[in-house]
Amino acid sequence: MNSDRRVTPSDVLRPRNVGAPIKRTEDPRLLTGNGEYTADRKPDRPLHLAFLRSGQPHARIARIDTAAARQASGVVAVLAAEDIADDFKPVIPFSRMPNYYATPILPLASGKVRYVGEAVVAVVATSRYLAEDALELIDVEYEPLGAISRAESAVAADAPLLHEAAGSNVLIAREFKKGDVAADLQAAAVRVGGRFEMTRKAALAMEPRSYTAEYDKRRDAITLYTSSNIPGIVRDAVSEALGLPGHRLRVVAPDVGGSFGSKGSLYPEELLICIAARKLRRSVKWTADRLEDVSSSSQAFAEIVDAEMGFDENGVATSLQADVIGDVGAYSIYPWTCGLEPVQVVSFLPGPYKIGSYRGAVRGVATCKPPTGPYRGVGRPISTFVAERLMDLGAKALGIDPLEIRRRNLVRPEEFPYRIASGIIWDKTGFIECLEAAAKAAGYDQLRSEQAEARKQGRLFGIGIASYAELTGIGSRIAVAPGMPINTGSETAKITIDSTGAITAAFGVASHGQGLETTLAQVVADDLGARFEDVRVIQGDSDEVPMSTGTFASRSAVLGGGAAKHASKLLQEKIKRVASHLLEANADDIEVTEGKAVVLGTDRMVTFKQIAKAVYSDMKTLPVDARDELSATYTYDPINGTTAAATHIAVVEVDPATCFVRILKFVVAEDCGRIINPMIVDGQVHGGVAQGIGAALLEELVYDEDGQLLTATLVDYVIPSAPEVPVMDVVHVESESAVAGGFRGMGEGGTIGAPAAIANAVADALSPLDIDVSILPMTPERIFQLIETAKQKSKGKTDE
Amino acid sequence: MTSNVSVTVNGESYHVSDVEPRMLLSDFLRDRLGLTGTHVGCEHGVCGACTVLVNGDSARSCLMLAIQTNGAEIVTVEGLGSPEHLNELQAQFREHHGLQCGFCTPGMLMTGEDLLRKYPLATDEEIREGLSGNLCRCTGYQNIVAAIRSAAAKRSEQAS
Repeated sequence: MNSDRRVTPSDVLRPRNVGAPIKRTEDPRLLTGNGEYTADRKPDRPLHLAFLRSGQPHARIARIDTAAARQASGVVAVLAAEDIADDFKPVIPFSRMPNYYATPILPLASGKVRYVGEAVVAVVATSRYLAEDALELIDVEYEPLGAISRAESAVAADAPLLHEAAGSNVLIAREFKKGDVAADLQAAAVRVGGRFEMTRKAALAMEPRSYTAEYDKRRDAITLYTSSNIPGIVRDAVSEALGLPGHRLRVVAPDVGGSFGSKGSLYPEELLICIAARKLRRSVKWTADRLEDVSSSSQAFAEIVDAEMGFDENGVATSLQADVIGDVGAYSIYPWTCGLEPVQVVSFLPGPYKIGSYRGAVRGVATCKPPTGPYRGVGRPISTFVAERLMDLGAKALGIDPLEIRRRNLVRPEEFPYRIASGIIWDKTGFIECLEAAAKAAGYDQLRSEQAEARKQGRLFGIGIASYAELTGIGSRIAVAPGMPINTGSETAKITIDSTGAITAAFGVASHGQGLETTLAQVVADDLGARFEDVRVIQGDSDEVPMSTGTFASRSAVLGGGAAKHASKLLQEKIKRVASHLLEANADDIEVTEGKAVVLGTDRMVTFKQIAKAVYSDMKTLPVDARDELSATYTYDPINGTTAAATHIAVVEVDPATCFVRILKFVVAEDCGRIINPMIVDGQVHGGVAQGIGAALLEELVYDEDGQLLTATLVDYVIPSAPEVPVMDVVHVESESAVAGGFRGMGEGGTIGAPAAIANAVADALSPLDIDVSILPMTPERIFQLIETAKQKSKGKTDE
Repeated sequence: MTSNVSVTVNGESYHVSDVEPRMLLSDFLRDRLGLTGTHVGCEHGVCGACTVLVNGDSARSCLMLAIQTNGAEIVTVEGLGSPEHLNELQAQFREHHGLQCGFCTPGMLMTGEDLLRKYPLATDEEIREGLSGNLCRCTGYQNIVAAIRSAAAKRSEQAS
């Protein structure tokens, strides 16, 4: 049969899984209490860890007395730094960045403590209750060295040094430059600027961090169950630190109760629990309580940005400069380094806009607080907040509508690929399309009329727009964090049909709520030609694939999905070759669909089960050289990655009496490329926006001058609950990307756009009072102060 | 000093000896009875993940002592439905994508069961108020509200 007579496989007739709102595979177990989170593991007679944590922000450890604790009921071991000194090598968050100091990561504080909440002593006992009892009996004598509680004070000449070897509290400094920004600002028709701040924030996954190290005496091996979103990275780092090869150290992220970045770095406790399990030759469990989780998990933002933007008379932004100081906390984190969050702010500050000249300088400064680390959006929530405030300030100064000024500055469809002033290249994405779609869905013109009416009645009614672009599914050519020690640019899929005909697809990515067991099975089902319900996805287990990292930086749809597509195609070719023998047909004439290989245009077919039997057990059917194992592995590297973009529009009303902000409407128009599962995409946007609402209006970790955390409970650290979150309207602009499958990453975007949109809406609402919004969260207390100050000012003016 | 605790959990009787008076109900359910479907998110009564029904009312198992439940009837998430046969509310959570990581879900379901049994839930605002003691960090609540709304509609259909 030659090719032009061949029946064309019909995409229309074949059921498609990609693009369908398929119900999640994960749900039945999670809805019935049959999920298995790390704390649910039940190893044989486990021991339990509890940590004595520093109450001092910065102090030399003069003496640790653990004698009484060692005698306490149920206590098996008490470990301080000197007890484990020979059991590990420190993990160094190395970077090729110049002007960077890598602080070593140790399981327990050694010599001195650097923040309140740092682990100093570990007690191992037969129950958590008894381990915590014993903590009370430990006596640590500290010699205070002086707290460094603010980034600005950390750079003062007389500030105590947190890391003496660094010679400075500035752990990282960088500058990006393009063009002559000073001259362009000078020439600008309008210059706007200010000092902007996003305060320190907790990612606050509902599941606290949790680790279970299960010890196998027979071969001195450990399986570490960890509530991590980077189990592959943790495996490699712990392996190196403990000198335990990968086949004796398996790291599994089972069901994980959210991360949002806070479970996305290597933690001292992960090292310690493996050291303890190996030392005691017993399985050991630890789960943080909420206080520990809030005060020792990586935190977010904590940046102050002095920024200025210049516009020409038509409202085109010509120039932008920013000086960023990031309060990165006491340590650099592995593998991302302390540069991750603050450097990303200057990398992404020009955003989706065609700004000609740029200077962005950043310093990451050590303070007596837990390290900052990845948090949903990384750097871009604040870079977007700053850039979008500046856009609105420019629009106001020039008398241009905020929607129109964005139209004039966004990269237009014909201009992609576009290199922004900080050097990032945006591939073709629907920037303008998202802006217009959001405006349409929100009924923008109508909203402005409503606002005019509301203002007549004296109501504080505001509309805010924010557009952003982000880099997702990053491949090997770009580092997720600048100069970081490992490259995370690839991901592996290994798809196997076993001797029963069952399909198992294993990945190195690690779901912590994203539903990857569902979406990756959708991709495999389509590209392999299987039924969705027949594909089992395994993920988050270092034993299943030779190399893995995890799920972070909006990568798993792009890298996991791309690997799934390639491995599926390879396996499908094998299936076709076997089927062509069995069906005595040309492999090109065979279509694989719904778990069967069918000769096109005939009713001749074989099932995967029959194919498996032929390959693995029925030795008569196939010639020896055709018995090719039904397995394919592919490691996919998108090289550069791909852009994702969105526009958010928020409508708010500020209550002048209570100073609470009510969100009346929230619209997101986003381009995440080809959608694998629209139900899951909407869910990701909803959740991201809810966290953005928290960042904009509620959430703040407050540390006092002595480095003490004042908001360590969920009563004091307020995250949005159901009444605070509005109904969200999500519009999809589905422009296919150039990577395999046309996917774009989208897990973080909600949190990037929402704070800026809400900040602009609140500023718009308060503009009749001549109030500017330059710090988030806009808590009722801050709004009250702003209104009071504005009243005083206007009273002063009237008095004059 | 330890006590004996006799409780009915999900219709099954348990007689457990050697329970310390300080043991939380959440730890008792998870560690002594092996019912790990009840999740512990904050241990100070704010997040609602550990919500169970005690004698028909929702309660935070991290704020109760196990010995307080001596003689009580408790329902945990394991008592609602099975992976093969989800109950109506669980099915609606799945239908409406009312869960992502699933950690807060048992508490959401138990609170939802309590709300559905006791209140008319005429508006979504009522549902949101009813859920205000249960924190979710993944979903933005929208689909949880939709799931409970849908379960409420099914229940009133069946009642009429």
